[in-house]
Amino acid sequence: MRQSSLLTGVLRGYTLLLFVFVFAPIAFSVIFSFNSARFPTIPLESFTLHWYETIWADPDVWEALRNSVIVSLCTSVLATALGFATAYTDYRYNFRFKSAYLALVLLPPTIPLIIMALAMLAWFSKIGASGELWSIIIAHTVLAAPFAMAITRLRLNQMDKDLESAAWNLGASEWRAMREVIIPFCKPAIISAAFLTAAVSFDEFAIAWFVSGLNKTIPVLILEIVQGNIDPQVNAIGTFVFLVSITLVVAAQVFFSLRQSKGST
Amino acid sequence: MSTPPVSPLVTMEGVDKHFGKFVAVKGLNLTIDKGEFVAIMGTSGCGKTTTLRMLAGLEQPTAGTIRIAGKLMNDVRPHERDTPMVWQSLALFPFLNARENVEFGLKMRNQQAEVRRKKALEWLDRLGVSEFAERNVETLSGGQRQRVALARSLVTEPQLLLLDEPLSALDAHLVIRMQSVLTKLQRELGITFVYVTHSQSEAFAMADRVIIMSNGEIAQTGIPRDIYREPANRFVAEFVGRNNIISGDVAKAKGKKIEINSQIGIFKFNANRPAVPTVGKAVTFVIAADLVEVTRTKPKADNVVECTLISEEFIGSMVTLFLETADGTEFKVQLQERELAKLDHNSGGKFYLSWQAESAHLLPSEKSI
Repeated sequence: MRQSSLLTGVLRGYTLLLFVFVFAPIAFSVIFSFNSARFPTIPLESFTLHWYETIWADPDVWEALRNSVIVSLCTSVLATALGFATAYTDYRYNFRFKSAYLALVLLPPTIPLIIMALAMLAWFSKIGASGELWSIIIAHTVLAAPFAMAITRLRLNQMDKDLESAAWNLGASEWRAMREVIIPFCKPAIISAAFLTAAVSFDEFAIAWFVSGLNKTIPVLILEIVQGNIDPQVNAIGTFVFLVSITLVVAAQVFFSLRQSKGST
Repeated sequence: MSTPPVSPLVTMEGVDKHFGKFVAVKGLNLTIDKGEFVAIMGTSGCGKTTTLRMLAGLEQPTAGTIRIAGKLMNDVRPHERDTPMVWQSLALFPFLNARENVEFGLKMRNQQAEVRRKKALEWLDRLGVSEFAERNVETLSGGQRQRVALARSLVTEPQLLLLDEPLSALDAHLVIRMQSVLTKLQRELGITFVYVTHSQSEAFAMADRVIIMSNGEIAQTGIPRDIYREPANRFVAEFVGRNNIISGDVAKAKGKKIEINSQIGIFKFNANRPAVPTVGKAVTFVIAADLVEVTRTKPKADNVVECTLISEEFIGSMVTLFLETADGTEFKVQLQERELAKLDHNSGGKFYLSWQAESAHLLPSEKSI
């Protein structure tokens, strides 16, 4: 099978190239964040933690971090709860226009962010709610809930149709069955959705930039720094944001693929 | 078996169930006694599972009344009933271990943790799976999971246990084992079992009484022997066992002895019921496949038919031969596998089927089925 081993080689090379293409800019950003030179040039100068010390000492960064953490935590909780509720509705009930309902629910991520951001800004200023931290939370929840819904729905589709009925049959009221059977069964998906929606919110720039006003989140702050001048601080913040996001996404992946088992096997 | 006087535990009167335009169950009248083992049997879509789900409260009847222990159950929610069910899929909770699965019903009744634990372990022990108490249910074998599911439904000590094809996913040898586990449990506990199945062997092996359903209606109710030997109508005769069915007009009638003219000849039968049909009447007789003799030479008997062999079905010690007459009427004969060799059945040629007049069973006058 020489031909197929050749093909394997080509495919491997292609995959490697793809990863280089995707990750090289990030890798460079990480490398330059530890480089003492003011401009990103090669050869590198000496190793330094100077840029990290600068952002550590910058109250604006702390303020933005605080905002980002609050927004992504709240978004994560709200979007996961909404996503779960929607997925359960889809699982449990059949009604007219259900496919239209599902299409509507899954729509937000397909709308160009800039349009969504503008619409949000217009709407929030109309009702006098723009520039607040919670307006970012609402906007991010709209954006992130469909992801939570999609993840929970996948899990619910794996569930034996009789499981919920079995709980009722053994004396569980509908709420109790929800608490004792549906939620435990969906737990991996719920945790995974919580991580993923937090990541979506933590990274999100366009909506936050339009809606945030004075309450800057980290991505908004990065843009402001870059607008001023080229400052390696950005590489340091960027490295930090990348680490947080990748951790959240990996955690989401791990929890989702976790085979839930109880007791020894 | 003679049993002390019993009162009905379940009464269903004029029960209908519609799903949109589809009528799943119509005009069902049924009483089930305390301590009875009832099997509801039929093909898929006959309404047997819907009937069971109505007893569990998972479906509400469209019309009619359902009473359990005298109490009207129509609007009682599933969790307010004590009608545990053993599911075809078993529906064990995968995120709980075997013991926690069994404890579930007790937990919903807000029993204390130690009490729950003790009872759950007792039931797991009773069903011979206590060593797997702390095991993840997904790692257990089919038979073990089956026993855990049974323990889970019995731990609350219900009066009525509903079983929805619980053995259909098991290997044949395990089915036989579980059948004896089930019948033994039912006798010991004295509780009522309502067992839904499409399997005739399961129903006949375990049940005190078998209910045959067809198109949402009861086609026949009776003890297994009666259902097998004395089907009440053509549907049951065709559904149950291996029956040969012959229809014709009565040509002569002398006491119980009658002669009929059928498409494939003249046959002599004994009318085994009080109302003997009169001459000219259309009648249908059923001859069970195991009551038909098959020979290579023309025998002396009340009834003889000449056939050719079409195919055979071999199930262990028993063989079913499928034969047909010159005009294409099909006959089935059941015989011991060791008798088959004597027939030299692979050489083709003619076979003679014969049966005695008293071997046949006269169907009650045909309804339009």
